[in-house]
Amino acid sequence: MSTVTQANDHDHDHKPTGLKRWFFSTNHKDIGTLYLIFALTMFFVGGSMAMIIRAELFQPGLQFVDPQFYNSMVTVHALIMIFGAVMPAGVGLANWMIPLMIGAPDMALPRMNNMSFWILPFAFALLISTLFMEGGGPAGGWTMYPPLVLQTGAAFPFLILAIHFLGISSIMGAINIIVTVFNMRAPGMTLMKMPLFVWTWVITSFLLVASLPVLAGGVTMLLTDKYFGTSFFNAAGGGDPVLFQHIFWFFGHPEVYILALPAFGIVSQIIPAFARKPLFGYASMVYATASIAILSFFVWAHHMFTVGLPVKGELFFMYATMLIAVPTGVKVFNWMATMWKGAMTFETPMLFSIAFVILFTIGGFSGLMLGITPVDFQYHDTYFVVAHFHYVLLTGAVFSLMAAVYYWLPKWTGHMYDEKLGKIHFWLSTITANVLFFPQHFLGLAGMPRRIPDYNIQFADFNMISSIGGFAYGLTQLLFVYIVIKCALGGKKAKALSWEGAKGLEWSVPSPAPHHTFETPPRLTKAMLEH
Amino acid sequence: MASKDLYYVPHGSKWPIVATLSVFTFFLGSAMLFNHSAGANYVFGLGILALIYMFVGWFSDVISESRAGNYNKQVDVSFRMGMGWFILSEVMFFAAFFGALFYARMYSIPWLSGEGNGGVNGTHEFLWSSFQAVWPTNVMPDPSNALGGGQAFSQFTEVIPAFGIPAVNTALLLLSGVTVTIAHWALKERKRKALVFWLFATVALGFIFVFFQAEEYMHAINDLGITPNSGIYGSTFYLLTGFHGFHVTMGAIMLAVIMFRSLKGHFSKKDHFAFEAVAWYWHFVDVVWLGLFIFVYWI
Repeated sequence: MSTVTQANDHDHDHKPTGLKRWFFSTNHKDIGTLYLIFALTMFFVGGSMAMIIRAELFQPGLQFVDPQFYNSMVTVHALIMIFGAVMPAGVGLANWMIPLMIGAPDMALPRMNNMSFWILPFAFALLISTLFMEGGGPAGGWTMYPPLVLQTGAAFPFLILAIHFLGISSIMGAINIIVTVFNMRAPGMTLMKMPLFVWTWVITSFLLVASLPVLAGGVTMLLTDKYFGTSFFNAAGGGDPVLFQHIFWFFGHPEVYILALPAFGIVSQIIPAFARKPLFGYASMVYATASIAILSFFVWAHHMFTVGLPVKGELFFMYATMLIAVPTGVKVFNWMATMWKGAMTFETPMLFSIAFVILFTIGGFSGLMLGITPVDFQYHDTYFVVAHFHYVLLTGAVFSLMAAVYYWLPKWTGHMYDEKLGKIHFWLSTITANVLFFPQHFLGLAGMPRRIPDYNIQFADFNMISSIGGFAYGLTQLLFVYIVIKCALGGKKAKALSWEGAKGLEWSVPSPAPHHTFETPPRLTKAMLEH
Repeated sequence: MASKDLYYVPHGSKWPIVATLSVFTFFLGSAMLFNHSAGANYVFGLGILALIYMFVGWFSDVISESRAGNYNKQVDVSFRMGMGWFILSEVMFFAAFFGALFYARMYSIPWLSGEGNGGVNGTHEFLWSSFQAVWPTNVMPDPSNALGGGQAFSQFTEVIPAFGIPAVNTALLLLSGVTVTIAHWALKERKRKALVFWLFATVALGFIFVFFQAEEYMHAINDLGITPNSGIYGSTFYLLTGFHGFHVTMGAIMLAVIMFRSLKGHFSKKDHFAFEAVAWYWHFVDVVWLGLFIFVYWI
């Protein structure tokens, strides 16, 4: 155990070298970097599937792929983007930034942290390998509704076990974040002094710990229904396929906020920095985040309005859903109030954050429309839904992640990124994302169903516009990779305080942040605790 | 606090990646088994061996690091919190199966038998108009359509009565909750012999429980004809009791490890997180059983 004593000695900043550094890592910055690189890679893997989808939908009729493969693209695209891109990117940011923001030396459980990451590539190896199997990949949609999903071929057990594997990773990651925040804060960093990004992540972690095991239970029942003759989702034996939908969305709706709450945290860090004003209504932001999280466990059936629920149930879930608009509105107004009369500048992170506020709100409004039971009967399973959740997840969650990367890149690499290219990336992304998804609202309202590779000729124009937007958006993201690599390799030296108006502990350490930080608890001054 | 003056960050370790690879091999082997792929047995077996190697190795390392006094108060608190949240995630895992049980009993069975007709759906008339709600559902809505593919369900006439083996098992588990607490008192009073004795009693009670549970399964399958293929009753019965039984087995093995560590002189009056973590886990398993006893066997 000679290495044990080594970890305790006072020779700081010794970096392990070679492969061991990455495979055996207990360093939150290295693991954070791994998460972020993995997420970006999967963003392109899932993105290329989206390109196949948009290519197929460019014109009516079947052009490139057969419907079965099209449906597996839809299914795997969703699983990859949710579990492989957005969630790992969020956890990567949490890994990198939470210890720096609360003055901790590392995550509380660093080895478990390493395992949480390394599960991801192996879980996706299980999932993506199914595309090459007999019967093709899973094609029943990421929601895995029975009885359809039970018709999956050899891919089925791989799908279920990949979900289990990803669940294990996320639960471990979430436990780690909760423990870090509750046990590792520097003296003086009280809960209500924590940066909002930390708050949103700890609340997200509660959602993960409480909701992912329920999904694990649900997919286990799918597995036993297929292979052990159980009847959970088989009405002939007294079960009910709708039961799966209840279980799935009991997980699925909190999952939506698992993707969205860290985004709220990110923009709550960035907008005050570039408005040069403290965050308006800090405490109300914390309470609003907690309210959204609690409410998210009581709204799941708004995904199932057309399945034949009792009317009382539909009404309950409609009103509960409407209620979420209140804390979300609190947040949007707080961001606006933060900007009000601020000395604003518009660097790339700020641009992405402002776009987030506007475009996420559009997604929120279409969500309100979908949450109204009678109206949902028309919109259900149409492209209106596709437009809605891409506004909240792409121009919402992904835009905030882009903002976060631009905001913290100087801290990670020690260099400023190319601001001009960043702005070009922003404008191209914003315009193309809207060309891509805005027309889908009209398609959905006119009745175009989702998850079908062909469509009526009346939908041709909007689909072509949407596809052009899609290809342009996809190409634009290559620019993002170029900007990040360029910044990692060189550029203007970044100061410790990389942004004039930025507040928080992470800016008190040099840029790039040394391999080990806060090995002894930092002494916090009042200025360091400002938001 | 003095212990907070220098943070403890553990050195790098091969175990996380070994754990990932062993779970991966285990899952790969399982998926191959389901697909009847060639060589599935070997991959699966390798996965199991790798899992055992990983658990033994990782825990040995952690135990020796703990014995070497590397873990300060703060690490101890992290471990405690981590274990607590892990148990919460387990609670939610069981919640999914209890949810399925309650849903079947409160909604799907009554609806299939015509309750709420017209108001909710017309399942009853359209599908199986002669089906009547009973619990346990020994007559399925469509007795000949198991697996959705025209096979017959396995029918049964009686179920396991609550006040037979299940009641005895309840007593055993509740008693084991008492014995583990007595062991904890003994540990705090530095009575090593009593500690080992009461731990041994707890482990024994745990394994007797598992033995009775296995007996009950044999009886249910061979004599009563209750299988996982017995409609929603068999489904919920086996999944709930099965996962619980698996957790009891794991808990009993963990308790046994704690017992052997106690024999070797590990743990002190103040420093015995592993003992407490396993005790918490044991109580969790106990509480889940009470839910099972009431809702699966009794009412």
